[in-house]
Amino acid sequence: MLVNEFLEGSAGRFPGKTALVCQGRRHTFADLENSANRFSHALTERGLGRQDRAAVFLDPSAEAIVSVFAILKAGGVFLVINPQVKAKKVEYILNDCQVKILITDSKHLQEIAGHLPGCPELRHLVLVDDKASDPGRGIPTKMATASYADIQTNYPASRPPQKCIDIDLASLIYTSGSTGTPKGVMLTHLNMVSAANSITEYLENTPEDIILNVLPLSFDYGLYQILMAFKFGGTVVQERSFLYLYEVIDQIIKEKVTGFPVVPTIVALLLKLKNLEKYDFSKLRYITNTAQALPPHYISEMRRIFPGTKIYSMYGLTECKRVSYLPPGEIDRRPASVGKAMPNSETFLVDAEGNRISKPWEIGELVIRGANVMAGYWNLPQETDKVLKPGLLPGQKVLYSGDYFKMDEEGFLYFVSRKDDLLKVAGERISPKEVENSLYDIEGVAEAAVIGVPDEITGQAIKAFIALKKGSHLTADEIIKWCSKHMESYMVPKFVEFREELPKSSHGKISKKDLA
Amino acid sequence: MTMSEGMKMDVKSVLRKFVTENFLASSAVDAFDDTDSFLEKGIIDSTGVLELLEFIEETFSVRVEDEEVIPANLDSMNNLASFIKKKLDNAGQ
Repeated sequence: MLVNEFLEGSAGRFPGKTALVCQGRRHTFADLENSANRFSHALTERGLGRQDRAAVFLDPSAEAIVSVFAILKAGGVFLVINPQVKAKKVEYILNDCQVKILITDSKHLQEIAGHLPGCPELRHLVLVDDKASDPGRGIPTKMATASYADIQTNYPASRPPQKCIDIDLASLIYTSGSTGTPKGVMLTHLNMVSAANSITEYLENTPEDIILNVLPLSFDYGLYQILMAFKFGGTVVQERSFLYLYEVIDQIIKEKVTGFPVVPTIVALLLKLKNLEKYDFSKLRYITNTAQALPPHYISEMRRIFPGTKIYSMYGLTECKRVSYLPPGEIDRRPASVGKAMPNSETFLVDAEGNRISKPWEIGELVIRGANVMAGYWNLPQETDKVLKPGLLPGQKVLYSGDYFKMDEEGFLYFVSRKDDLLKVAGERISPKEVENSLYDIEGVAEAAVIGVPDEITGQAIKAFIALKKGSHLTADEIIKWCSKHMESYMVPKFVEFREELPKSSHGKISKKDLA
Repeated sequence: MTMSEGMKMDVKSVLRKFVTENFLASSAVDAFDDTDSFLEKGIIDSTGVLELLEFIEETFSVRVEDEEVIPANLDSMNNLASFIKKKLDNAGQ
């Protein structure tokens, strides 16, 4: 099965059913299928061949979702780039995987136009807000622009023939690595279909489910809400953000939402509302949490506010989408556990030598085996070999998660720590190295080191220690402002502390142990 | 200028000062108009909304109900100022 068949199947079974509610508009499966078919013909005509990459750089919207399916239908590989990502990194990503076609809007194009001449492989732009003919926006002349609206008028709604097999790539998802540059996680159709099958099985999804998605599509957790609902024929209510919280509550009630995926930051904010108890959440069948563990006191508060709602604690990483889930009935007994391997996958712990650990409570690295495990990192064979290692069968690879876990007597998993020094802020994996590299770009910074400090809302917050060059009078505010302009907001340090110089190890390396 | 217009202006300058000092410093934005959406412009994040609510409640001695945490009340300088003006008028009755 291919990922695009999720939409094709539901368009066949439930053509008139609402698939998506977004910015006040309702779209049926047939609408989305027809739009994606039209767009895919246009992509093919513009030279997007089997396994060529096309990127979507848009806020969550119907057009972004149609684009994903259109790229797949054309046989291409899709990337959804976080709309917060700054121009320099967009250029890096577009070049890293030689994106041929970029789908965006005028607002986002304006932010990156200056960097497009640095993307020689990029041939076509598609603008979804129909302003393709506006002159003077610095788009390189060799780059052809087209309007999404024109494409929707000019191409047929007929479904193109399938161009892929299920071990072809469907998507690249860029994620932070400890090296400081983002890595493209290669996911095949089979990887994504397997993950979607397992997750919808344990969530017991049916076509009656209505999912409220406040997560961006660049985050695999947000993206899969769409993919999975299209697979089981449910409805997604897609919101742009969870900034104005009452909108979220209002949608849950008005749209009779049955499934609500969250990260702990969303829960932290929801719990700040004054009268959460008075709303009728009786239709809400489940809440899922991943990215970071829910603090136990959040779980008890959620149980009080959502008494009839199942709460799923889950754990995953982009490299295999999801690893484990805790059956909701266990949450009171084992609130700190992320459960066991999801259906059709298995997990085990290994010691530093790679030997399997069978004793309860012994700490080891979590290893994952399953059809959901990625094909590797794009163009990074050495990085890939560090995490995909020989498994149980000859030639088969298993995924080393880089996360230390322990297991109780009944095999339930408990997260202990990261093997590397990656941080998690509001669910985003952040490389301290990447933040430090940016800090070194600031004129006047002699030394920089960042660490994670606990934060009530975002789990961790970034704290930067900085030693200034002689004669520099930079202030903390100036450094934060600079970072805000040059980095994604979740990477910007919340705290800046100045030191004369940073502590060093005997080898002269900055010692973060002595900063914490 | 009527009394209420004068008060509305004052409310706005207090709010603008707060937004500038607390959110602009940590956003990529340098300046904003009274009609600019905080969300669209990327001026405010979700924790920022909580800080804003806390500030409004303390500074103007009003209580913001859950149902009022919507963009129509909070998502620009103009929206904020009219929302607070309305709250203050109601409180004065």
